[in-house]
Amino acid sequence: MADLSITFAKTIKSPNPFWLASAPPTNSGFQVMRAFDAGWGGAVWKTIGEPIVNTTSRYSSIDYNGVRMMGLNNIELISDRPIEDNLREIYEVKKRFPRHAVIASLMVDSKRETWHDIVKRTEDAGADGLELNFGCPHGMSERGMGSAVGQVPEYCEMITGWVKEVARTPVLIKLTPNVTNIALIGRAAKKGGADGLSAINTINSITSVDLNDLTPRPKVSGKSAHGGYCGPAVKPIALNMIHTLCADPEIQIPVSGIGGIATWQDAAEFILLGCTSVQVCTAVMHYGFRIVEDMIDGLSNWMDEKGFKTIDDLRGGSIAKMDDWGNLDLNYKIIAAIDPEKCIGCDLCHIACWDAAHQCIHIEGEGREAPTRDEKESAMNFLAPPAHHPLSVHEPILHTRGITSRYVGLSGNGRQGQAPPPVTALHSSTQDAPPAVRSNRIPRVDEEECVGCNLCWLVCPVEGCITMKEVRTGQPFESWNERVKRLAKSSPA
Amino acid sequence: MATKNNFVRISAEEFDRNFADLHPPLTGNSAVIEASRCLFCFDAPCTIACPTHIDVPKFIKKIATSNLRGSARTILEANILGASCSKVCPVEVLCEGACVMNHHNEKPIQIALLQRHAMDWAHDHQFQPFVPGKKNGRKVACIGGGPASLACAAELAQLGFAVTIFERKPLAGGLNTYGIAEYKLTPADALREVELVRKLGVRFECGVEIAGEGSGTTGNLITKSALRNFSLQSLKAEFDAIFIGIGLGDTSDLEIPGEHLEGVVDALTFIEDYKTKRTKCKVGRRIAVIGAGNTAIDAATAAVRLGAPEVRMVYRRSEKEMPAFAYEYELAKRDGVIFNWQTQPIKVHGKKSVEKLECVAMRLGKPDKTGRRRPEPVPRSKFSIECDMVIKSLGQTKHNDFLKTIPGLRRSKDGCVLVDQETYQTSNPPFFAGGDCINGGQEVVDAVADGKKAAHGIEAWIRRNG
Repeated sequence: MADLSITFAKTIKSPNPFWLASAPPTNSGFQVMRAFDAGWGGAVWKTIGEPIVNTTSRYSSIDYNGVRMMGLNNIELISDRPIEDNLREIYEVKKRFPRHAVIASLMVDSKRETWHDIVKRTEDAGADGLELNFGCPHGMSERGMGSAVGQVPEYCEMITGWVKEVARTPVLIKLTPNVTNIALIGRAAKKGGADGLSAINTINSITSVDLNDLTPRPKVSGKSAHGGYCGPAVKPIALNMIHTLCADPEIQIPVSGIGGIATWQDAAEFILLGCTSVQVCTAVMHYGFRIVEDMIDGLSNWMDEKGFKTIDDLRGGSIAKMDDWGNLDLNYKIIAAIDPEKCIGCDLCHIACWDAAHQCIHIEGEGREAPTRDEKESAMNFLAPPAHHPLSVHEPILHTRGITSRYVGLSGNGRQGQAPPPVTALHSSTQDAPPAVRSNRIPRVDEEECVGCNLCWLVCPVEGCITMKEVRTGQPFESWNERVKRLAKSSPA
Repeated sequence: MATKNNFVRISAEEFDRNFADLHPPLTGNSAVIEASRCLFCFDAPCTIACPTHIDVPKFIKKIATSNLRGSARTILEANILGASCSKVCPVEVLCEGACVMNHHNEKPIQIALLQRHAMDWAHDHQFQPFVPGKKNGRKVACIGGGPASLACAAELAQLGFAVTIFERKPLAGGLNTYGIAEYKLTPADALREVELVRKLGVRFECGVEIAGEGSGTTGNLITKSALRNFSLQSLKAEFDAIFIGIGLGDTSDLEIPGEHLEGVVDALTFIEDYKTKRTKCKVGRRIAVIGAGNTAIDAATAAVRLGAPEVRMVYRRSEKEMPAFAYEYELAKRDGVIFNWQTQPIKVHGKKSVEKLECVAMRLGKPDKTGRRRPEPVPRSKFSIECDMVIKSLGQTKHNDFLKTIPGLRRSKDGCVLVDQETYQTSNPPFFAGGDCINGGQEVVDAVADGKKAAHGIEAWIRRNG
């Protein structure tokens, strides 16, 4: 069985890489102990500082297709509890859980003495490390703290330096994503002496606007303020920033990954892009501490399957597989292939390709023959109405509408190849469902025209129905950068 | 029939419970979740499968965005009886049966429940999406107040015609009001849709029977409001076109001795009876329903739910040949209905009322011209079923007496009115027809599709003829 334990920045030890992020779930000793009982390896305490006053309400979220909390926004500030209470509880937690990681998140006024004081007191309480909250984008930033520090490399370096003057435990800097280039802030933290980084903090956001009273959310007495966005929706943004930090040769200090992590797969992806530990908040706010059980089990099983023995074995494993666009192979070609056995005939690939891509997936039959290239290029031809089947309207076609007429649309509708089902099919007690007529809805890929963009495969609802298969172009690897060089050489100076 | 003391009687609470909605509605968020499952197929098979071609993915996506007004309009534009169709359509063989999810080993999108969700919203908000068209001075009569005429009238009213619906019964709505199992559709549901049509300016003359042409009689004037002479001749004189949406006639006779004993009723009368009289409907203790179609099932399950301790269905062919939909059969089985397959009633016994049903066992012989194997009696297999009520459900007859008075009206061999498949015009030009009287008895949604298309046929014909 894989060993999930980690050591972060040389001295912070944790039985697994799953930490709770500094947030409401780590607001008290009671919660952190419950979390450790549930299996969490570490916890970053809800940011400690001079107690604040919060508003109600504080959260709002984005639902997607009926799934709740795809994205969560908050305007909650740091801990509203006295510093002494938090520190006493850190002491109690460490006493009871000596092998778990307890990291104290800190945020105080930007004064050297104030920082010195809080660092000493926190380390005296027994915290394994410190996380300086330079990321919080709302409320505290208006008071010159949080992301107000994290957005200015010089401040970030300076305050990190103050903390390092007295700190005995590792110092992590929590970075804000609300910057143009997160690497610059990461480098500043490193210069200031940081032992590690945590990223990303929440993204500036307005969740939504109530279309009844026109008030943005979350609402506080008829008004709102911008808040920090997190949850599954932000994961791709976080992964990119993690990669930026971890791949930067000037940084090279451990990173604790944050941003929409809800499953072991998410965690594995953050670790593969260079993280040593991961931090979770929204998923716990949604489902409670128990979600860690499958995170541990799933990661362990996958590592066993893949032959990874330790977290270090897989850490950063995907960094080398990222490159600049200019280094990608221009001569690599894939095209879409539709499996007619699996196709259910929704034809979403067809309409996506036609309306939004390169018009190379066709449904043929019913006067819908694929347009020729000339036709595609001639708007007049292309937009001409399709030929209708002649109907002898005034020729009195007197008939009784038989039972088969209900299948006109299903089997016929002018489409070819399907005879109406026998009359008895409708009323048979054993066969109520209409006959399968997938066959005349299965689209065809024009392999010459397909540019291999992936869109059809992305919209297809059936697993394994559309595959992108490689086509041998017979041409050697050539990137854009190489092509530019080659063309420069071949053209006369 | 059972003596007076022998009737079963349930309480009003039991009635409500026993006939409660078979498919309870979706709640707000579950509707959004279900709507979000819809793939939004291109040229969607569900829309093609619907006889009225409701743009199903369109109305479903509108539910997903809480645009219930737009959703309801999308449905009603295609099908003015969208609410009742959402409850009575055999969706398993129509839209939901065509859903591509069936090929995906997944439950099809619950189109009927989603449609109902939008229709419930429309009702709760008294949504009236349409307005009468600019008056064009032309008049159309619709004979029969069922789904075909309602759909035809609604369409014509929007095109500017003055439309009058003539209905024999006290209330309009046809079988939707009187003939559908209460757990699927209540008369109140059906009458809401009648109101929707009435609000388009359509006049209703209910309680009026139209006398056939050349019959020399005027129609039966039942209501006081109907002051004019309602014969076919008078309609022809007053209206530019006449839509025949009269449905079908009485239930076919058993043609066996004892058929006229007290306690032998036809299924549609029985259904109408319990729907209008509710707990006061007379129900026996041991009931034999003859036939195995969807109406027979409606009657049998109603009898069980009205408290009859023993309800059986008697059918001369086997389970395989039964015409009822599979899910209807399942419902009857769940209700505890007993099935006597391959059983042919030959005589109803009783002094004054029904006491027993004499039957003979049947077996399958050679296939007949419809391809079904013809049942034949098993020699010396007579037996009797004790019962105090016989409900006959052998399909409905055609309104031959009325239809044959219309000169030159061509009909098929089995009595269905023949119409042009595009215009729904009959062989007698001012007459158009749709619904059960042209198709021999199909679904509400088929009648709506007919009525709608006939309306456009009427409009085109009148326009062409000045």
